[in-house]
Amino acid sequence: MLKSLHLDPLKCTGCLQCEMACSYEKTGVVNPAKSRIKIFNFEAEGRKVPYTCTQCAEAWCMAACPVEAIKLDKGTGAKVVLEDTCVGCKVCTIACPFGTVNYMADVGKVQKCDLCGGDPACAKACPTGAITYIDADWTGLDKMRAWAEKANAAAL
Amino acid sequence: MKHLILGNGPTGVVAAETLRGVTSADEIVMVGSEPEPPYSRMAIPYLLEGNIDERGTYLRKTDSHFGDLSIRQKQGRARALDTAQRRVTFEDGSVETYDRLLIATGSHPVRPPIPGVDLPQVQTCWTLEDARAIASLASPGSRVLQLGAGFIGCIIMEALAKRGVELTVVEMGDRMVPRMMTPKAGGMIKRWVEEQGIRVVTGAGVQRIDPAGANSAGGIGGMIKSVVQSVTGNKPADSAALTVTLSTGDKLECDLVIVAAGVAPNVDFLAGTAIEVNKGVVVNLAMETGVDGVYAAGDVTEAPDLLTGENIVSAIQPNAADQGRIAALGMAGRKVELPGVLPINVLDTLGLISVSFGQWWGEKPEDDGSGVELADEGLWRYLSLQFKGDVLIGATAIGRTDQVGVLRGLIQNRTSLGRWKKVLMDNPTRFVDAYIATSQPVSIAS
Amino acid sequence: MAWNRKVLRVNLTNGTCNAEPLNMEWANDYLGSRGLGTKYLFEEIDPKVDPLSPDNKLIMATGPLTGTMASTGGRYTVITKGPLTGAIACSNSGGYFGAELKFAGWDMIIFEGKSAKPVYLYVENDKAELRDASHLWGKTCWETEDLIKESHQDPQIRIASIGRSGENQVMFACIVNDLHRAAGRSGVGAVMGSKNLKAVALRGTVGVSGIKDFAAFLKASNDAKKVLKENAVTGQGLPTYGTQVLMNVINEVGALPTRNHLDVQFEDASKISAEAMHEVRESDGKKHLLTNAACFGCTIACGRISKIDQNHFTVVNSPKYWGASGGLEYEAAWALGAANGVGDLEALQYANMLCNEDGYDPITFGATVGAVMELYEMGVLTKEQIGIEAPFGSAKALAFLAELTSRGEGFGKEVGLGSKRLCEKYGHPELSMSVKGQEFPAYDGRGIQGIGLNYATSNRGACHVRGYTVASEVLGIPVKTEPTATEGKPELVKAFQDATTIFDSAGICLFTSFAWTLADVQPQLQAACEGDWSMEKLNLVGERIWNLEREFNLAAGFTRKDDDLPPRLKNEPCKTGPAKGVVSHVEEMLPEYYKVRGWDSEGVPTAQTRTRLGL
Repeated sequence: MLKSLHLDPLKCTGCLQCEMACSYEKTGVVNPAKSRIKIFNFEAEGRKVPYTCTQCAEAWCMAACPVEAIKLDKGTGAKVVLEDTCVGCKVCTIACPFGTVNYMADVGKVQKCDLCGGDPACAKACPTGAITYIDADWTGLDKMRAWAEKANAAAL
Repeated sequence: MKHLILGNGPTGVVAAETLRGVTSADEIVMVGSEPEPPYSRMAIPYLLEGNIDERGTYLRKTDSHFGDLSIRQKQGRARALDTAQRRVTFEDGSVETYDRLLIATGSHPVRPPIPGVDLPQVQTCWTLEDARAIASLASPGSRVLQLGAGFIGCIIMEALAKRGVELTVVEMGDRMVPRMMTPKAGGMIKRWVEEQGIRVVTGAGVQRIDPAGANSAGGIGGMIKSVVQSVTGNKPADSAALTVTLSTGDKLECDLVIVAAGVAPNVDFLAGTAIEVNKGVVVNLAMETGVDGVYAAGDVTEAPDLLTGENIVSAIQPNAADQGRIAALGMAGRKVELPGVLPINVLDTLGLISVSFGQWWGEKPEDDGSGVELADEGLWRYLSLQFKGDVLIGATAIGRTDQVGVLRGLIQNRTSLGRWKKVLMDNPTRFVDAYIATSQPVSIAS
Repeated sequence: MAWNRKVLRVNLTNGTCNAEPLNMEWANDYLGSRGLGTKYLFEEIDPKVDPLSPDNKLIMATGPLTGTMASTGGRYTVITKGPLTGAIACSNSGGYFGAELKFAGWDMIIFEGKSAKPVYLYVENDKAELRDASHLWGKTCWETEDLIKESHQDPQIRIASIGRSGENQVMFACIVNDLHRAAGRSGVGAVMGSKNLKAVALRGTVGVSGIKDFAAFLKASNDAKKVLKENAVTGQGLPTYGTQVLMNVINEVGALPTRNHLDVQFEDASKISAEAMHEVRESDGKKHLLTNAACFGCTIACGRISKIDQNHFTVVNSPKYWGASGGLEYEAAWALGAANGVGDLEALQYANMLCNEDGYDPITFGATVGAVMELYEMGVLTKEQIGIEAPFGSAKALAFLAELTSRGEGFGKEVGLGSKRLCEKYGHPELSMSVKGQEFPAYDGRGIQGIGLNYATSNRGACHVRGYTVASEVLGIPVKTEPTATEGKPELVKAFQDATTIFDSAGICLFTSFAWTLADVQPQLQAACEGDWSMEKLNLVGERIWNLEREFNLAAGFTRKDDDLPPRLKNEPCKTGPAKGVVSHVEEMLPEYYKVRGWDSEGVPTAQTRTRLGL
């Protein structure tokens, strides 16, 4: 059973422990600007919304990559950027209709959530249970997938 | 069932792989016209910069990849197509028959009809072979004139600059990337590029190219030469290879001319067939040409635009992959349709990153069009959003790399923005908020 | 080295921004944030300087744990000479701004001089520049944040700014960051305004990389987070009710100052309490409180996010206030409510939003309104002077005065002086409920004797977060002491005051101390920072910081007589509640306090103390 990240905005307080954990896990530096999960603040609505890649089945990023630098991790279902292969052309960043692949100018590569090989740092760091890594069937992932599929269906 | 795929760029490769994914027994033949394994032209600038070797440009990294998938590869260039007999004749005289044909022959760089355009120091930048030639000619300190500041011109500019050449870019349009960027954005890119030490001449063409010595470097050309010399502090090589005369009358001495003046579909072999060719091979949203068993995909096609429905040629990587996949599914008898072609572009001009999506030039007010443009030239930031009603139809941005993909999401989903339209008109930088709010309304419901 | 070792010095007179190395010797002696910033200020300005002159400096400083995974590690401190008090001002704020400064590669920013025209500082990693702010002058903090983010086309910029009150040099103007977090007290925003500095906008993408032993740090911070989670106050009370959980508690203790400290219990306390914020409103069927929220790195999340009643008279015609916004914390609810006798929760939220929007301290504002209302009831101030009838309990007067103060118009200019100057102006200095010119917060120094002594001796004027003895005297943290007793309180006050400096100087939130002691902080600091950060060292550094602040004030001209409470607290006994009949015994406790501090009878550190602390 594949697991997936379940994000619950109602439980998110906006502490950004997830962004710190993600950036440290991936870059060795505490640096939310490099986090692959982002918390968006909806001030007037009083909501903080965690947002990252849903590892969508269509894998727009993977299909768009000209040098095969994005691969499927069969163990987790994650689409993983191979940094050594990525040339930094940024095509995936405009191909992904969810905006969850981002270019890092300082390293000249793109980055996206890779589920940390099946042990996501963000979920471990979340103090409120707003980010959990659970069996896909149990999650509100259905909703997110539905939304992802709607987007996919519109384009393909 | 035998599938013949003409072309082994991203379109051909994705099509071949997609076919193999859905048909285990069918025969698949993929034909490329160059000696190298399938590679990505997108990666050539990075090769020229020295970031990767030639292998880094290969679309698939394992040698046995296509063999493992029982995809037969062939080198050759199609000379003629007989749709009645379902056979393709190649320039070497060889013949391949097919049950299903995919035309994914891509495009080639256009060499404008300028006197001297065929001189050996005049290069295009399209193939690995071109890249090798440029690498040998564009040595540090050499003077390079690049003709064209469109998308391709811009992506090779950085590679040239990093090689330490003294670069002049000549563009017919009034700004850089005129077919991808709004006037303001194109102007900002020009100014940025100039600040990085590249000379940009817009609104000018190349009138003729002569071997050096054919004409003395006096007059204005000589003046420019001495100005360039004083600005750069570089002493030009004594013996320039070429003298380039611009439409403005200016003469420039240079060692290498790179022609990046646009591309045209590779369709010559279709002459005399029933296949409709306009700017490209005309296809419908299922990538069908209208001739039984013949499909076309990628740069070679023109297909209906997602927003306007008008046929457009879209020579971009994601489009190549999408169309290759759609065509392959149709060839395997699983017909699906693209919702339409959505132009999307990303460009890195010497560190200034720009993107444009969809109908970035907007819609007329009388057709329910509206838009908002935000620019800070000092900060090198630019954002334009264009709407039809409350739906985003186009966008242009400079200096923004975070979450730009949602602009595609909003456009291709034809998301009705509702109250977020006003939010974006007031402050377009909140487009990610608008995307999340409209795609996950439950997230922000109170 | 959890420090970035880099200071940004901004000379507003010359328009220059320069990097300089952090003085690591000082960092070793004063840790960071509050302590280290105070050391810089002390070394760089004459304590006698006019706070609103170009000679004053304004320092924004982070601590070594700011921008780390340490829970609540997002805080920064503004250190300057305060215009409200003339004493050292040291105002601490959460939100995201402090962490962003660290992520941009800096430890602190020192502003000096005065710009000829309005400017804002933009920092993007090592790039720092002053930019024209003439288009922002006259704008609120909220508008300023929006405009800067929009013009930079970067929603991820973090901003600290002043509103109109900082521009108008309201004596208790704040610096507001992230819309509703503030370096709130002592008028630090007026100093910023006096320098023509409208805002500081930060974008940091470098991150914090210098944590000494990351594995040990992660273990220590995770252990400490567990302590917070398992503690009843930080694990349940604060996330659910916020600091507002105290309203009913303190009222029951009889230490809720009411109507300018005329009373110590408020009959409408329950109407403005945390519990009330959770109730469904009759008017619109919604709850006042929408959710809780965290500052950067905080695993407590005590912040309140509220939605005001759209039908309330204050906002019925102002849709811009209808969205979610920062809600009432205990201090604000008390100052805007009990201190004036106003029991209208929605009116308090309205005034609170105006405080956030234009950047002024709700404690001093509310307390000053309390004084105004008392002067009105005495007949000293009239309706004509104020512009409205202003008896105790008038929500309309509260809203009216908040609006005027925001705009700097009419009687709002008088309110903007703070209670000390206002009461002096109208001939009743004794009615200012303040110490060193700064108004009391929400605990009565009669009903809780230790906090009274803390107010009297707090280096920035009356303040609860310099030495929160309420924890012990009311909540029993770490041990319960009798609130009305005086015995042992000087030692208690000193212990709280010194320990607090470490929380503030480390870059974490004082609210962790409901659950943490220094022993929970120490392993985090030791793992993050190079050098010795043992308990012994921390105790010494804490006391050193307190004494350095004291030295600043002494050099600024403060004396023993300034370590005192207003006559009302010493002479007018509590009328009701458990402390009925009690007055403050501050004068009895003070000599003992000086003694335990190692100060002479005039409150000056002895030579021996100075030597011991390395001052």
